[in-house]
Amino acid sequence: MFRLFTKILSTGIVTERIKAPKDAELEQLGIEIKRHIDRRFSGSIAIRAVDAGSCNGCELEIHALNNPYYDIERFGIHFVASPRHADVLLVTGPVSRHMQTALLRTYQATPNPKWVVAVGDCAACGGEFGESYASCGAVSNVIPVDMTIPGCPPTPEVLMKGLLGLMKR
Amino acid sequence: MSNLNWTEIFGQAMDAAGVLIETQPATADHLSAWQIADRHWQKLAEVAMTHRLRWSAGWAEQGPEQFSVYVLFEKQGEYLQVRTSIDLNRAELPSQATVYPAANRSERHTQDMFGIKFAEHPDNRPWTRHKAWDKHQYPLRKAFAVQGQPEAITPPDLDYAFVKSHGAGTYEIPVGPIHAGIIEPGHFRFQAVGELILNLEERFGYTHKGIEKIAEGRTPESLARLAGRVSGDTTVGHAWAACKAMEQAANISIPPRAALLRGILAERERVANHLGDIGAICNDVAFTFAQIQFSRLREDWLRTQANIFGHRLLMDCIIPGGVKHDIGEADCDAFKADNVRLRKELSDIITTLDLNSSLEDRLYTAGFLSEDIAAAFGTLGYVGRASGQDFDVRRDAPYPPYDKVTVKVALENQGDIASRFWIRYKEIMASMKLIEQFMALLQAGEIATAWQIPAAGSSGLGIIDGWRGEIVSYVAFGSDNKISRFYPRDPSQLNWPALEKLVLNNIVPDFPVCNKSLNGSYSGNDL
Repeated sequence: MFRLFTKILSTGIVTERIKAPKDAELEQLGIEIKRHIDRRFSGSIAIRAVDAGSCNGCELEIHALNNPYYDIERFGIHFVASPRHADVLLVTGPVSRHMQTALLRTYQATPNPKWVVAVGDCAACGGEFGESYASCGAVSNVIPVDMTIPGCPPTPEVLMKGLLGLMKR
Repeated sequence: MSNLNWTEIFGQAMDAAGVLIETQPATADHLSAWQIADRHWQKLAEVAMTHRLRWSAGWAEQGPEQFSVYVLFEKQGEYLQVRTSIDLNRAELPSQATVYPAANRSERHTQDMFGIKFAEHPDNRPWTRHKAWDKHQYPLRKAFAVQGQPEAITPPDLDYAFVKSHGAGTYEIPVGPIHAGIIEPGHFRFQAVGELILNLEERFGYTHKGIEKIAEGRTPESLARLAGRVSGDTTVGHAWAACKAMEQAANISIPPRAALLRGILAERERVANHLGDIGAICNDVAFTFAQIQFSRLREDWLRTQANIFGHRLLMDCIIPGGVKHDIGEADCDAFKADNVRLRKELSDIITTLDLNSSLEDRLYTAGFLSEDIAAAFGTLGYVGRASGQDFDVRRDAPYPPYDKVTVKVALENQGDIASRFWIRYKEIMASMKLIEQFMALLQAGEIATAWQIPAAGSSGLGIIDGWRGEIVSYVAFGSDNKISRFYPRDPSQLNWPALEKLVLNNIVPDFPVCNKSLNGSYSGNDL
């Protein structure tokens, strides 16, 4: 236990003590996101991530949003386990045909008002996989999309900027 | 013990069994190639089993008049690829899954995609096919158009015949395809009594994107990009395997500097993934300290990669003929600094984890995979190595740059989640050492060889050790530098069945940590 607390104390709060310009920008971004969330969502926004057939690259970067550098929860953005609890669906991948019904049902299960964000090149336009017998391509071919965040995969920073863009709409 | 390659002895045994072998020119080191008649397909498996060959991969290909069906075996680092040909109109072959459980899903995949029937297969349910195409259509046949004829909305696959449980107190838990976390889709069907798991059945295919079909007609560069997206966490591994296969087909060898750079990329990918996994395993038993620490270390590691290679996950760094980016002195210093920092951090954190009794309580003895079952499924990578499967392509069938160094392979035989945890830690340490050795060997030179257009009909088999274990990639060329067939076999395909076994007699709430300790790729499995 002593070692554990020593490590926690010696690591400190990496989230706020980074001085690199990139991270200052990140901080600024977060504050702006927070302001919008406070105004429009009473301080909190719930996201349900749905992998509709991606290669898992986008998931790795969405995961990174929760690491202590980005710590996206401090801005009021958190990931939930059910679409019933969600304000936003974050959808990745080209939508595989085998996931089409599951995605439609998830969309229907999300209460209004709701937003759909298509994350990554595949979700935005079909990407490397396009449309085929196995893939519906872009998410917008299956459910209405409010916004896309391109990238293969988008970096955590681009994801945060994208979410901010959503708030500003 | 003689130094005789086992393939000769095995060949004699096949002769004795009345099987005529036609030897073909091998396209790579550590690889022999045979052709046999289709009626001997099962006999081949039976004799292979008595010689304790490991079943590694199986795939098919359509020629003008015939289907070629391939199987790949391995023993002691020597590979044997056996091919048979069957008539397009009589697409049937005896099943090898009756002998090798590892062949089960692979044959079902080939059956769904090519319409090749495997007679006496122990499980005749579809595997990759749900409802996106008709039962009597086969996407990988040349006559099948890449766009297919899909319905406006593909219905859910409701009639898959899951194993049923009967009896008082047993119940089923269907999980997925969409899971509660930020993970890939797939379905798990549990039968349980109370909290105890009696049976688990996996149902995948949800992320099937038609990778094999859309690969056809691509250029080598375009295939390398696609291969880098077979499984996003293994972008280096799959791109390397596919490029290695293409380079064999084109009969070119990559410059030594490119090989070393590929080695550095692959080992960095291994470290990045293991860091993520160790944290996630601890997180699944609610030990968030480790999750926070390891996700921090992973982020540091990825940022260096973004600075030097321009991509956090190292996508598209490997190209046919070599690598895309060279590195300089300063970059090597950055890698060295990363290693120094990571070793220091790990010495703090790992000691803390080792002394933690709650982790010990949850990880030791949970999710036990015996050596026998691991061997029966041909389990690969850290999952196999945690259950006594002493195999690593880098050491046993070394390819550049691993032929220049001594690869030490970590091995455990306890077979539980803790073993799979510690194997990852040992592999991180070994990978950092390899990165340093590769950097020391770097000499000025080219980083890519000029591409040569391969002859129509030429093919290659790329076998490398990705972070999850052995990756096998088959590539065949048609005319004009265009791909005619691509089959990537991700290690997940052989590791997933082990999950159905290692969860038995665990409690349902321990499933997430069992699953994470294996961490199979859904996308790499479904293709």
